[in-house]
Amino acid sequence: MAEETKKEYWRWPESTWVNSGIDWKKGTIITVGVDVGSVSSQAVVLVDGELYAFSNTRTGSDSPDSARKALGIAVGETGLTVDNIDYCIGTGYGRVNVPMAQRTITEIACHARGANFMYGPQVRTVMDMGGQDCKAINCDDKGKVLNFMMNDKCAAGTGRGMEVFADLIRVPVWEIGPRSFQVKKEPPMISSTCVVFAKSEVVGLLEKGVPENDIMAAYCAAMAHRIMELLNRLGVHEKFVITGGIAKNEGVVKRLEKELGIKTAEKVWYNPAYKDYPFDTQIAGALGAALFAVAMVSKGKVKSARKK
Amino acid sequence: MQAFYGYKDGSGDWFIIIDSDRCDGCGRCVEVCPADALEVGEDQFDPLSGKPVARVKEGERKKISYTCAPCRPGYSEAPPPCVAACKTRAISHTESWRQSYVKK
Repeated sequence: MAEETKKEYWRWPESTWVNSGIDWKKGTIITVGVDVGSVSSQAVVLVDGELYAFSNTRTGSDSPDSARKALGIAVGETGLTVDNIDYCIGTGYGRVNVPMAQRTITEIACHARGANFMYGPQVRTVMDMGGQDCKAINCDDKGKVLNFMMNDKCAAGTGRGMEVFADLIRVPVWEIGPRSFQVKKEPPMISSTCVVFAKSEVVGLLEKGVPENDIMAAYCAAMAHRIMELLNRLGVHEKFVITGGIAKNEGVVKRLEKELGIKTAEKVWYNPAYKDYPFDTQIAGALGAALFAVAMVSKGKVKSARKK
Repeated sequence: MQAFYGYKDGSGDWFIIIDSDRCDGCGRCVEVCPADALEVGEDQFDPLSGKPVARVKEGERKKISYTCAPCRPGYSEAPPPCVAACKTRAISHTESWRQSYVKK
């Protein structure tokens, strides 16, 4: 019997990037933010507050290992080691398990700060769609949190839910967004956003012979609707941005925009000098942590942990 | 900043809202809370401020609807102990608690 290879439909492309225009050896303050989420982990390295390197990878079963792996991928062949880092801040779900971090900051503060840096000071509402939770954050022009609402009790309508869904209908996760628009008519949304119930509902639809694309549209619509409930309670203000993995799924983003009547900001770096740098919505948390580290070290609030 | 501690689930919105701009970190709410659910510490959502504020303990945030239920926030004219103790009126509860009593 031929061995059937199991295809992993949930697997999204991981990314890494190093800024070849900067030599870290000439930098005075090197800070790192490590965001260990429930599904993905990111590391961002800043040299004197400028983006030097980042990585975005999948979280394994061991948080400290995931943190090391993320940082390892980010620094790559640059020769930068943990000993060269002035200050490292851990954030995200697994923030207490980042071995090289000197302190931790909650991901809410980090996402607001990171989004402020990525999209610019006009950002007022940040929606972070994480692997197992979602949070809506209102912030001011400095990226300081004004209020926020978080749903971390249940993974319904989050990134992991989308991964489970991708595996179930056997469609690669990044194809769900575009394919969800290839429908004749927008189908009624999946009535349950609970991952377990939605799964059985989807199985029911598949049995009925509903086209795959329609089911994708129904699932994306349900997810958009759920995010909207959270946003409505908090209030959405422009500029509105989405961070995290779901921001890459246009099937959800465009349906959310339609329901809210507000467009999400374009995914481009606010700083014009960064225009050629890759833009990854998932690094916002780690970037925010690294920015906090810069602020703390340069203001002398904390001592540099640099060994060499 | 308004910090919403708690969650929304099928039964309602269960949040304790602490306004960090109003809170002066006096800690009176911590003393009077019968469930020991509050603490005073660094503002987690504004790490650069350095001002101590009241917050809901990390371990209580996912079970707040049960933790706060005995104080019956919103049940009568009398506010729950933490709200009564707060001179700067920084603490409030969302409506669901009140509605849960009205229904019965």
